[in-house]
Amino acid sequence: MTDATTSTQTVTTTAALPPSDSDVPPGTEDRRPTARPRGRQVRAKVGSVLKHAGLIAFGFVMLYPLLWMVASSFKPNALIFREPGLIPTDIDLSNYTDGWNALLHPFSHYLINSAIIVLGSVLGNLLSCSLAAYAFARLEFKGKRLWFAVMLMSIMLPIHVVIVPQYVLFSQLEWINTFLPLIVPKLLATDAFFIFLMVQFFRGIPRELDEAATLDGANHLRIYLQLMLPLSMPALATTAIFTFIWTWNDFFSQLIFLTRPEMYTVPIALRTFVDSTGNSSWGSLFAMSIVSLIPVFIAFLFGQKYLVKGIATTGIK
Amino acid sequence: MSVIQELSRSKRSVSPRRKGDGRWALFFLAPWFVGLALITAGPMGASLYLSFTDYDLLSAPEWVGFENYTRMFDDPRFVNSIGVTFTYVFVSVPLQLAAALGLALLLDKGMRGLALYRSVYYLPSLLGGSVAIAILWRQIFGADGLVNQVLALFGVQGQGWVSHPDYALGTLMALNVWTFGAPMVIFLAGLRQIPQMYYEAASIDGASKFRQFRSVTLPLLTPIIFFNLVLQLIEAFQSFTRAFVVSGGNGGPSDSTLLYTLYLYLKGFGSLDMGYASAMAWFLLLIIGGMTVVNFLASKYWVFYDD
Repeated sequence: MTDATTSTQTVTTTAALPPSDSDVPPGTEDRRPTARPRGRQVRAKVGSVLKHAGLIAFGFVMLYPLLWMVASSFKPNALIFREPGLIPTDIDLSNYTDGWNALLHPFSHYLINSAIIVLGSVLGNLLSCSLAAYAFARLEFKGKRLWFAVMLMSIMLPIHVVIVPQYVLFSQLEWINTFLPLIVPKLLATDAFFIFLMVQFFRGIPRELDEAATLDGANHLRIYLQLMLPLSMPALATTAIFTFIWTWNDFFSQLIFLTRPEMYTVPIALRTFVDSTGNSSWGSLFAMSIVSLIPVFIAFLFGQKYLVKGIATTGIK
Repeated sequence: MSVIQELSRSKRSVSPRRKGDGRWALFFLAPWFVGLALITAGPMGASLYLSFTDYDLLSAPEWVGFENYTRMFDDPRFVNSIGVTFTYVFVSVPLQLAAALGLALLLDKGMRGLALYRSVYYLPSLLGGSVAIAILWRQIFGADGLVNQVLALFGVQGQGWVSHPDYALGTLMALNVWTFGAPMVIFLAGLRQIPQMYYEAASIDGASKFRQFRSVTLPLLTPIIFFNLVLQLIEAFQSFTRAFVVSGGNGGPSDSTLLYTLYLYLKGFGSLDMGYASAMAWFLLLIIGGMTVVNFLASKYWVFYDD
């Protein structure tokens, strides 16, 4: 009996404490089985410093290849193969000017092509996926459970199972070497992952709001446009950022649908660059690789809140 | 709730309270239905049909029955690519998840700088699929690349890792492990959901830190481990860009990096053997689907749902 009361008291005291267990308020020490003597506290502090040192060192090693690529892009070719360090002994911007003009078109041409596809994909996903998500989150209709399951399963469908007939279809439409095969599917909500993400978000918006709007005479289109979309900015931002990064990095479908040099996007151009230079001009190859990563890095810097939330909320409850 | 939990308990999630939004549903779902028919389900059916034909894009497909499927297993390059892919997937994914879980455990519980560490470890996941990083990898593990330069500082004579058949696949696996950040973020979110009081109760009972990990953290984290495992396995089976760029597009040296999807691409879009490529695609779907079903069945024995 006494045992039980002691432990419940302990639970309530510790629950009120901040999660860090380093400082124990006086008076509770004798009752807390977890209370640490002073020596242990010092050890915990040392341990935490060591842990931070380890984590920083590990992060540095992980990012080292990236940092080294940035540094190397400013080095003359001969030094890239001799200097594992980060500080260039000789700064040289010619890698960037050489790389920019190394292919058939200036690199800006490929950047613009990629940007067009990205822009189309982002707008397409935002519109089409939010429409579908509204139906799954707010409407009741026949076969909803089945269609919802179909939608979820299509998230995991490998693109390889559909790519050959898609290619046949698009070549009959004479869409090969246009951006249409890469943009039109996004307008048709084929990136079902984002439907799921938005369904999750819409479900969290109180139904009372819809009901109030319905009483005021709003139909579903107005509720979708004037209520759900404005309240779903975080989900829309997550969708936009993920679509941006995935489309920018996409290689497989761009490789298949774009074969004429003037239609090349950044990844395809880079790959052509590798083939044409072999091992002779790593410096300019690195420089253009850096250029290709900058937009992703910027999206990461400004959107990490949404990125982290996006994976976390679709990953778990 | 994750896709996977949603799929396994979809009965609960939908309550047919009202009926009669049918027309509105048709309106809102119209783009998705068109996409499903023309971009997803239609092509799926078409590729199933093509997998039973001989088709080179130029002349009409010719029905050959199961020939493409039987040809696959007599094709040494195909059999080899299966071996390469399985090695790649089943070595790199466990390592990647172990790294993700390990780091998530170290980063847990409102420690200082958590957001910064999380960002730094997550960044490679965003970049890892790009051509640029594959190019970087090719240089790092090249004969006079960064790895060998660093090894030389310690007096070790390295070799061309990407050009040696025994090590080239290893460099691709390293790249996959390098992108542990995304599953780590999911682990972190999962760890945050474990109620603090479980740990308090455990420590009152005198459980050591290790015992708490084994008896509280690990069981409550199994649904997240399961989710990450299913997701990363499916993704790893479809790795393409890194193998394509690092090997220069041919899966070399001596087919040691010929991942399944790379061989599929070479067959379908290199030698225009579209029937064969479609058969390979369906076989891939079978592998991935079968593996996921096995995963689900096995999960009954080790995944623990708290509610």
